[in-house]
Amino acid sequence: MSTQAFQKIYTKLNSITKATCTVKATDVGNDELATVAGRLAQVVKIIGDDVTLQIFAGTEGIGTDAEVVFFGKAPTLKVGSELAGRFFNAYGEPIDGGPDINGTEVEIGGPSVNPVRRKQPSELIATGIAGIDLNNTLVTGQKIPFFADPDQPYNEVMSLVALRAQSDKIILGGMGLSTDDYLYYKHAFENAGVIDRIISFVNTTEDPTVERLLVPNMALTAAEYFAAEMNEKVLVLLTDMTLYCDALSIVSNRMDQIPSKDSMPGSLYSDLAKLYEKAVQFPEGGSITIIAVTTLSGGDITHAIPDNTGYITEGQLFLKRDTDIAKVIVDPFRSLSRLKQLVIGKKTREDHPQVMNTAVRLYADAANAKTKLENGFDLSDYDERTLAFAREYARDILAIDVNIDTDTMLDLSWNLFQRHFSKAEIGIKDEFMNLYWVEA
Amino acid sequence: MTKGIVKGIISNLVQVEVSGPVSQNEICYINLGHERLMAEVIKVSGNIAYTQVFESTRGLRPGDTVDFTDHMLEVKLGPGMLSKNYDGLQNDLNKMTGIFLARGDYTDPLDEDSSWDFTPLAKAGDKVSAGDWLGNVPESWIAHKIMVPFGMDGEYSIKSIAGAGTYKITDTIATLVDKEGKEHAVNMIQKWPVKIPIRAYLEKPRPFKLMETGVRTIDTLNPMVEGGTGFIPGPFGAGKTVLQHSISKNAEADMIIFAACGERANEVVEMFVEFPELDDPRTGRKLMERTIIICNTSNMPVAAREASVYTAMTIAEYYRNMGLKVLLLADSTSRWAQALREMSNRMEELPGPDAFPMDLPAIVSNFYARAGFVYLKGGATGSITFIGTVSPAGGNLKEPVTESTKKAARCFYALSQARADSKRYPAVDPIDSYSKYLEYPEVIEYLNTNINPHWVENVLLAKDILHRGREAYEQINILGDDGVPLSYHDRYWKSELVDRIILQQDGFDKVDQSTPMKRQEYMLELILDICGMDFHFESFEEIMPYYVRMINICKQMNYVEFKSTEFNKYNEELSNTTQERRAE
Repeated sequence: MSTQAFQKIYTKLNSITKATCTVKATDVGNDELATVAGRLAQVVKIIGDDVTLQIFAGTEGIGTDAEVVFFGKAPTLKVGSELAGRFFNAYGEPIDGGPDINGTEVEIGGPSVNPVRRKQPSELIATGIAGIDLNNTLVTGQKIPFFADPDQPYNEVMSLVALRAQSDKIILGGMGLSTDDYLYYKHAFENAGVIDRIISFVNTTEDPTVERLLVPNMALTAAEYFAAEMNEKVLVLLTDMTLYCDALSIVSNRMDQIPSKDSMPGSLYSDLAKLYEKAVQFPEGGSITIIAVTTLSGGDITHAIPDNTGYITEGQLFLKRDTDIAKVIVDPFRSLSRLKQLVIGKKTREDHPQVMNTAVRLYADAANAKTKLENGFDLSDYDERTLAFAREYARDILAIDVNIDTDTMLDLSWNLFQRHFSKAEIGIKDEFMNLYWVEA
Repeated sequence: MTKGIVKGIISNLVQVEVSGPVSQNEICYINLGHERLMAEVIKVSGNIAYTQVFESTRGLRPGDTVDFTDHMLEVKLGPGMLSKNYDGLQNDLNKMTGIFLARGDYTDPLDEDSSWDFTPLAKAGDKVSAGDWLGNVPESWIAHKIMVPFGMDGEYSIKSIAGAGTYKITDTIATLVDKEGKEHAVNMIQKWPVKIPIRAYLEKPRPFKLMETGVRTIDTLNPMVEGGTGFIPGPFGAGKTVLQHSISKNAEADMIIFAACGERANEVVEMFVEFPELDDPRTGRKLMERTIIICNTSNMPVAAREASVYTAMTIAEYYRNMGLKVLLLADSTSRWAQALREMSNRMEELPGPDAFPMDLPAIVSNFYARAGFVYLKGGATGSITFIGTVSPAGGNLKEPVTESTKKAARCFYALSQARADSKRYPAVDPIDSYSKYLEYPEVIEYLNTNINPHWVENVLLAKDILHRGREAYEQINILGDDGVPLSYHDRYWKSELVDRIILQQDGFDKVDQSTPMKRQEYMLELILDICGMDFHFESFEEIMPYYVRMINICKQMNYVEFKSTEFNKYNEELSNTTQERRAE
């Protein structure tokens, strides 16, 4: 961004921390954008004429005589159909060597949707993955994260979901993405031939940490343009939200705020909610669906980041390695899609809810049987049958590389029920038993 | 009025230099261009007032002007609030234009143009005081009482009162004269500051009447009472919101006020969509006609979130004073506490546990204390039953919000992750949860008189069965299936019978989602009967399949209409099954 005529330039900094600096200035607005020695910064606190700025690229080498120029506006993004197919940095500047975007300039992090103007999400997103479609069905306008340990293939699964889901635009917000992962996404999108549907805002591990605070809002502002103005179905991928939260805690720490749980700022819940709640189904047909990644440390979901996230998002997906079949599955126990009730048995076959619950219950019985076995107890005949069921259920239905439609998943489940269990053990409503249970 | 000038901005905490007197909690408007941002004074130091702004402060500058209003945050009360959707500051969300919420857009909570059929209940010459009924207007199916404004101290005599007829809410319907002979015109509108309880009633006794919710694990095991308080803590995914929604759909209350406080917007949308469609079994009308939703979702400004629970409570108190049974639900009170924490943090107050403000327990108990059963002046009764959810960080119940709430609320419905994981919904833990009301002699008497003479005895018996079942289960797990006597298995499966048939309930099934008390009584007797039977088994392997069969039959009973042909058929099948293994 270049300076313009009549912009006031300040050159006396009072204090400098690792992420912020304070300058004496007047007529400056809250949240306003500025440059400090050419680096982008944003006003975060004003007391009298002391203005505190958060410098996105860090304060290394900034002198007390650095030039501070205020822009008189909050961070913005130029939106327009030209965004499609392009790659940007955290400031919304092209990094793919292409031309600048000509479009309407809108402030990022704008107002929220009036809840009474929202439409209830009701359109399911099919992915072909049974751990999602059968057990944790996704719906447009939903927000859901993968809770994953760093060693799990969450980026692969997320790109698989993104490419299989029917959407008009896929917007990738990469925060602290390793260059390898960034290239992985780029290639995956190119190979699938969908690059013209993709928009990326990327902050890689090579870029300054605080910069990534802008990424989700950039991605979501672009998403709002396509969903609200163009009535398109937009899928936003945010990875990795844990690194975003780390950046939040760095800034709040530099501003001497009292940390709450796990050194996170006390406003973490509101900060995350403002992003995730951008997921919406508009009445005119456009929608924003957010699939995010929150990496965990050793599977600990009681840490402030996954914990607050879980209270905001509409469910969460866990990946796990099923040792019976040596493949990755979406964990049927801990995963949950809160919006599935809006579509299962309504947009899908009527027996879907009961089949889903029964299969998960039997899979749980198998897990109990496994524990028994490990503790050296004898297995009953029922235990043996649940184990056999669990193996086939994981192999033929749940495995992430299986790609089938929901009806097939249901048929396969009935098939397994009949092979391993008696009618009473299944315990499904008679109404469906009569329809789908084939008497031998 | 006092004026001020903005001096400092830290997120939504704005420091204002004032030129005259200000009071704590006074409302002011900050002028930002042509937008007016509402704010509340939360601290005064010298000539600087610290205000929390109910909107985004983006673009606000030092030097912007501020107008003070000389009153605290108020709600506007009058006919026409039923079935409205308000934000945390009581703005009518439906009146706002545009898809996005515009900053500084404040809308009238009432419809000033609407007209109402007024019938006087008092006459000229009557002596009245605050809260007395002057007349009523039909609002949906409720006889909405027009009352002497709560803010009018002392005694008044009615000089004149409007005759039966149609009036606008702004029309004067009565003229009151105070002791000094000064006249006061009263219309259908009154205002009240949300942080101050409305106390225009005679007496607040201990609550004693059962409040049916249709949820078996609550009604049967840990009953809620009219005017009682309770809370539902639980980790995410344990079903807090689903449980609250089913309570709001089925509870036997005259009206429901639902405060969606800092929670997901899509959950509120679900209510917006479903409530106008769902039938209220009590009135035959739609559920929305007895509901007011106060909606301050998590992405809406955090200070307004703090206000939203007070707005909801004040509206509840207003309707209670009309002699109504009000059920107030707040989801989630943790978000409210977090809003307090955010402000306390910005004001650089010394933090208490987990960075929450030190006075959190006091704030929480003051709020819960506003609920209750009351005797009104005219002899009528009214009540506010309050159930809040708590979202404990990390699902750990040893955190400040849960602990503060535990001191204030009388019922505790602990949702357990283990139950939710094994899809045992509602995931209310039968062992950890409690209802203090089950110990109140007046409640015991009420239950035994109105349900059946052995009711409380039976409930305690069911609790014992669950307790003993859990102990047996632990023993089996330690010693192995064949390492324990057969009676342990039998005991465990009897507790499973109670758990799966009485406690577990399908909130999404047409029939099972709500169970009337008559049916709960019948089913509890039925299950306790079986639990009292001695069965004969040769080996532990026979026990599970037998009980699973009985459970399956009972479950089918839960899914069909009470005492229908199908129900009776299953019932007979059940009694045949129980005979198979009856010990001599």
